[in-house]
Amino acid sequence: MNAPNKSGWKPEMGEAGAGPVARTASGDAGLALEEALIFELGGTGKCGVDFDEEPGDVSPALAKFARKAPVDLPALTEPEAVRHYTRLSRQNYAIDLGPFPLGSCTMKHNPRLNEAMARLPGFADIHPLQPMDTVQGAYEVIEQLADWLCKLTGMEAVAMSPKAGAHGELCGILAIRAALEARGDAREVILVPESAHGTNPATAAFAGYRVENIPATKDGRVDLQALKDRLGPDVAGVMITNPNTCGLFERDMKAISDAVHAVGGLVYCDGANFNAIVGKVRPGDLGVDAMHINLHKTFSTPHGGGGPGSGPVVLSELLAPFAPIPFVRRDEKGRLRMVEERGAKDHLPQTFGRMTAFHGQMGMFTRALTYMLSHGVDGLRQVAEDAVLNANYVLRSLEGDLDAPFGEAGPCMHEALFSDENLPEGFSTLDIAKGLIDEGFHPMTVYFPLVVHGAMLVEPTETESKAGLDRFIASMKSLTARAKAEDESLKSAPHYAPRRRLDETRAARKPVLTYKGEGVPPGTPSLSEIGGS
Amino acid sequence: MTTYFTKDHEWISVDGPMGTVGITDYAQEQLGDITFVELPGEGDSVSKGDSVSVVDSVKAASDVYTPVSGEVREANGALADEPELVNTKPESDGWLFKVLLSDASELEGLMDEAAYKAYVDSL
Repeated sequence: MNAPNKSGWKPEMGEAGAGPVARTASGDAGLALEEALIFELGGTGKCGVDFDEEPGDVSPALAKFARKAPVDLPALTEPEAVRHYTRLSRQNYAIDLGPFPLGSCTMKHNPRLNEAMARLPGFADIHPLQPMDTVQGAYEVIEQLADWLCKLTGMEAVAMSPKAGAHGELCGILAIRAALEARGDAREVILVPESAHGTNPATAAFAGYRVENIPATKDGRVDLQALKDRLGPDVAGVMITNPNTCGLFERDMKAISDAVHAVGGLVYCDGANFNAIVGKVRPGDLGVDAMHINLHKTFSTPHGGGGPGSGPVVLSELLAPFAPIPFVRRDEKGRLRMVEERGAKDHLPQTFGRMTAFHGQMGMFTRALTYMLSHGVDGLRQVAEDAVLNANYVLRSLEGDLDAPFGEAGPCMHEALFSDENLPEGFSTLDIAKGLIDEGFHPMTVYFPLVVHGAMLVEPTETESKAGLDRFIASMKSLTARAKAEDESLKSAPHYAPRRRLDETRAARKPVLTYKGEGVPPGTPSLSEIGGS
Repeated sequence: MTTYFTKDHEWISVDGPMGTVGITDYAQEQLGDITFVELPGEGDSVSKGDSVSVVDSVKAASDVYTPVSGEVREANGALADEPELVNTKPESDGWLFKVLLSDASELEGLMDEAAYKAYVDSL
């Protein structure tokens, strides 16, 4: 037998959970740890540190605000607190534990070299309000990173401050708005195709535009003719996700840009999927006016609970004068300076203003630049190639098992898209996703994009090895086969996770968002009812 | 009382000048378990095709477009506590809002039950 783990579980050991007792006294089962809420753990009168005696007499000016009832915070010793969070982390899943094929999220490995550089005291122990002459190295990181981003995208300028993808979208659309208003040509409508990210229409609406949909073609791309038919003097611009959220490259991108520019509109490109084309395609050559780049996706900085996002926005020559403050510039003596409101009128009089208190996510800048310098341009090109290769390997390996709606339209980019078409009646995308948890994987993105029924969007990223992909594919094949054999147990998966399948409908309809101790409202399900084992 | 249907899977049941609007059984089936319904305000003036309501399900949030122009006279308050009515009785108790029609001729472009059924079968 080809055992996947030679020193681990063997068939003769029996199934997990089939031990001599149905349940241990502690609730733990070996290394499968159970853990209570922190409010249920802490007694009173314990503390991890020694505080001074409570002062008898507080400031008379504040006396009337003195608390009369106990705060009722959990009280734990230091080892209890450490264990609580460590035990909880054992119930979680992370990119450092295994593949995280969440489509559109680009959950790739976070290289440890990035972490080492970000922890250098010259980067880690500085403050944004420190004198500029004492942080020249940090400013140089920002300047170099900005230069890389402009060169990789073929764009004129970059706004470094946006904190993540959607914030970057807002930055780009505000720049477009500022540019249009500066020429006295306020327009009302932003066109968003069905194959765009869901945040795109939200961003356009937030920036004050009316959003209109452009349909997708049968092969999952923007319907160029429908777009051209809608263009007119009221259209401020389009927001195109490229590669799009069906995992396909918008081949008509240049034609789209030309058509939009011809009627005086501007082109926003959602660059969340830039990892599929980095080093291969320069969006500036495709007529893009603004595009955000997710450093936390393409350039490997941690996200999804592991760290904050960072969404710099590259801008075309036309939009560069409207970039937000603050930004880094060299003065006449070659010193790097952070330009704020006061300096803006000399350097960038048409700036649309400020989006953030400071210059952006310094920790992510350091990591992203480390990633670029350690890969080089050739390495980044290989990142794109391997990301696309891996996704196509998954697509072609599974298209005989699951329906791949755009499989015949040619190769995919960085993610493979499947529908629930081949699953038998009564079995859904959700069952496959929950089954993946039992298989030890984080589920893929489900029910998105909306243009595909019961969508399963798998993004393996370039950091998975072929052996890792083969394991994932084997699990997917097994789950699909179980569904096709109408294995009822799949409908109640996961069976081996710390919690069984949760009642997502009830959680959304009757959310209990705060711990109320004994005052939890009647009818709130107990842990055992919602599948606690 | 006559019921009409749209290609976006809304129904409108018209009684004199008043129309009652909801989403069809096919629509609720596609959306899955409904968790929340955002309703238009009473007194809102709406134009045919406006997005006037949002239906959230475990899978997605979907806009509901009004099939006619007019003034919203009543929103189905029961959905605040029981959004599942849209799943269980989409074409009766799960109605979304009532609208006073301003232009009854707008109904002419809508489908009757047989035409809608044929449309759904073609999807």
